[in-house]
Amino acid sequence: MRKLILTLSALAVLAGCASQDVKEQPGATVEERKPAIAGDAKPPVAVKPPVTGPVVAKPVESKPLGPNPLKDPGNILFKRSIFFDYDSTAVKDEFKPIVTAHARYLTQNRGARMVIQGNTDERGSREYNLALGQRRADSVKQMMILLGAQEAQIESVSLGEEKPRATGRDEAAFSENRRSDIVYGGE
Amino acid sequence: MRIKNPARILIFSLLWLLLTPAAHAQLRIEIIGGGANQIPIAIAPFRAETTLPQQLTNIVVADLQRSGLFKIVDSGGVTPLPSEPADVQYPTWKARGAVALVIGSVAPLSNGSWDVRFRLMDVVKETQLTGFAYQVTQQQIRNTAHKIADAIYEKLTGDTGVFSTRITYVVKQGTRFELQVADADGYGAQTVLASNEPIISPSWSPDGTRLAYVSFERKKPIVYIQSLLTGQRTVAANFKGSNSAPAWSPDGRRLAVVLTKDGNSQIYLINADGSNVTRLTNTGTIDTEPNFSPDGQWVIFTSDRGGSAQIYRVAATGGAPERLTFEGSYNVSPRYAPDGKSFVFIQRNGGRFNVALQDFVSRQPQLLTENGIDESPSFAPNGRIVLYATEVRGRGILAAVSSDGRVRQRFSAEIGDVREPAWGPLTKSPQ
Repeated sequence: MRKLILTLSALAVLAGCASQDVKEQPGATVEERKPAIAGDAKPPVAVKPPVTGPVVAKPVESKPLGPNPLKDPGNILFKRSIFFDYDSTAVKDEFKPIVTAHARYLTQNRGARMVIQGNTDERGSREYNLALGQRRADSVKQMMILLGAQEAQIESVSLGEEKPRATGRDEAAFSENRRSDIVYGGE
Repeated sequence: MRIKNPARILIFSLLWLLLTPAAHAQLRIEIIGGGANQIPIAIAPFRAETTLPQQLTNIVVADLQRSGLFKIVDSGGVTPLPSEPADVQYPTWKARGAVALVIGSVAPLSNGSWDVRFRLMDVVKETQLTGFAYQVTQQQIRNTAHKIADAIYEKLTGDTGVFSTRITYVVKQGTRFELQVADADGYGAQTVLASNEPIISPSWSPDGTRLAYVSFERKKPIVYIQSLLTGQRTVAANFKGSNSAPAWSPDGRRLAVVLTKDGNSQIYLINADGSNVTRLTNTGTIDTEPNFSPDGQWVIFTSDRGGSAQIYRVAATGGAPERLTFEGSYNVSPRYAPDGKSFVFIQRNGGRFNVALQDFVSRQPQLLTENGIDESPSFAPNGRIVLYATEVRGRGILAAVSSDGRVRQRFSAEIGDVREPAWGPLTKSPQ
């Protein structure tokens, strides 16, 4: 019975680690951070906290156990598009959670690579729109880097007005096309 | 850093890099509005020209008519049809209102080529103004007719003719894009590149043998340079991020391009082989659409460093740019005139985008078009016509306006949308 409770608590700690920022907990055991396999849990061993020096949090390389979150429609990572206001390249508040989630994914998966493609609506010069689209891609990229992603993991490019998703001439179509899209390597 | 994409191999196999005849080989041209003072000219059919597969004089008439500067006087019903100066009965032509008359002849040569000769006669003074004889192959007949039209145009207007030049443009049909090159009259279109991804910003090398362009075939903009003679192409710029807006220096050795490899869109100079990259602009804003002056000393470009899209000029060796446009909040796509004294650009006014012209002395913009959504202006190499892209009833077409705003033309493809035109250089072709 005691062994079962310990197994459950080890699993619970792991689940917490996968979805929240990893925090160094004084007195936590090393064993509790390993992927849990049923029946393998060991009783926690008390460890003396370090006497000198700051505690430095290391990013944990976690591998999701379930289906690929990038392809799971229930996961925020499935959302790949950030939309912009006219003549604007700033990431609006409503899209910050999506950018944050992808930034975290890159932080936790240092081997992952993405391309961010910036787009504009069709009004105006093609080359100037290519530059505006680039700004929209860069805006998302910069936010991700501030949140921990590495420069080498992200290439930002522009498709300008050349690959519209919506082909109408009304504001609804224009807004759909003012967009940055996230595309992971291998997709 | 590049994303490996297995679909890329499939895309490459869908590209045709050699010049192949386009599926629909002709742009249709419609003239709207003519010049006020048109020169009345009669063009008599050339002796024996019906033995040729194409009537020379039909092409000459079409060229002169398309310029908007000539009124074609009826040349039918004159017997005998003059083909030598001694045959010309001036009272007949004066009575018809012509001030100039073109006569000529065609004769087959023993080696399978043709002798073509013409004379331009001054009806009022009853003298010859000019005349040439050509020995040409059958394949050169069309081009010879254009050269005859050039000679007539030059003699009577004082300006260089552009009838024997070529234009390039992109045709989009559904998801298929083709970069095409055609004669200035829209005839004989050939496909330079066919792709399932967009192609934009074609730019002629100064000698007319190569095109630089931007292709999205690898899912990001990359600058290529392709030879029109061999079909071979090289990558001129594929740095991390976007690569676009190629513009040749007048000596054909370098290009200005826009790269985002250092963050934002900035203008760089590179050699035609892609080497020796040097940065020309240095801001944290957008600098794009570079274009060299004809003497190679200056680069004009679009920048939003002042808070809105405006046109600036900087020395090609670098330095502090000078702002050129101050009217309105959106002035883009600048292109130098061939004499370097003015530039054409696009000005947004409310919801309209119009072609505008500004000379460096007065610094005042003048609108050349009024309605519509115009983009990508390009000067003819004689500085008299501006070719641009626009839309009519939802379809992309090309249009042209004379630099004094009086003559307008429309070019449309049989199928698909046409955009991104660029007028090729004058060609010094051998006879």
